[in-house]
Amino acid sequence: MSELQTDTRVSIMNQMPEAGVTARSALYFSQAATQPVFGPGQAQVFLWEDALRGQLVIRGDAGNTDFAKGVSSALDLALPGQLSSSVSATMALLWIAPDEWLLLCDLEQAFAIETRLRDALTGHYAVINVSGGQTQIRLAGSAAASVLQKSMPYAVSDAHFPVGKVVTTALSKTQATVRRIDSTDWELTVRRSFADYAWRWLTDASREYGLHLGQPEHNEN
Amino acid sequence: MFRIYCPYCGELREEEEFHPKGPAHLARPADPDNCTDEQWGDFLYFRDNPRGLHNELWVHALGCRKFFNVTRDTQTYLIKGSYRLGESPDQARTSGDQA
Ligand SMILES: [Zn+2]
Repeated sequence: MSELQTDTRVSIMNQMPEAGVTARSALYFSQAATQPVFGPGQAQVFLWEDALRGQLVIRGDAGNTDFAKGVSSALDLALPGQLSSSVSATMALLWIAPDEWLLLCDLEQAFAIETRLRDALTGHYAVINVSGGQTQIRLAGSAAASVLQKSMPYAVSDAHFPVGKVVTTALSKTQATVRRIDSTDWELTVRRSFADYAWRWLTDASREYGLHLGQPEHNEN
Repeated sequence: MFRIYCPYCGELREEEEFHPKGPAHLARPADPDNCTDEQWGDFLYFRDNPRGLHNELWVHALGCRKFFNVTRDTQTYLIKGSYRLGESPDQARTSGDQA
């Protein structure tokens, strides 16, 4: 009688506004209102917003080989397992839950990538553009782990939190998805409505170590 | 503070990341239109308060946001382990869900 319908028909649109529309990231005004305490020479903590990234939530059954293969062929990235991530030059795919992943990409590419995913996937899955709903705060420097450790209940030691691991946990009184990009380089994904709170918490928590707003300078060696 | 094992993240995490959601394995009356007010009231409002081992529903609210069950001793607060929905209490564990 009725055949199982595997064709997913959804109406999607490119959410990017046309050129000429000014974009304001979640922390545009928060950053402008924050004063750095030390210059980059003395700072042990570097804090900046990785602003306006493209962000797609991908949901599906990791045990379904069609889904896992579809995602990896569309993105050229392996579907990461529990608490881990896959990265390429322009993208990062983060494990969020057994049936949920977060893709970070160039904002201008988000719609093309979403279309590619929809072309590659069939059956029961979801792809949602959440670029406007959350932002990435970057924390780097020799004291970055100390700042995180007093902000989160999750241990950030090298053994417990190696490079590449992704953990969603409490950040002070809110929630953050924390990814260790390198030994002293961290990325925190926070909800837009909590971004200002997280930013203020982190700037305050960083002050005792010397805070520089912006990326570390890579010309030291 | 409890340290609770999430069978979806495969790790012990701090209690702060979780919310308790009441007793596990609550049986909803199969035919609500035809059960008595007492049966429906028992389901909605009345909970056991056992001393000793108790199976509870928890959610990893600040983590993976999955629901699972925890077997906890209400007298000593000792947590025997966690198990996924669809599993039975004798599968309660505190490790072994690494992907
Ligand atoms: Zn979990």
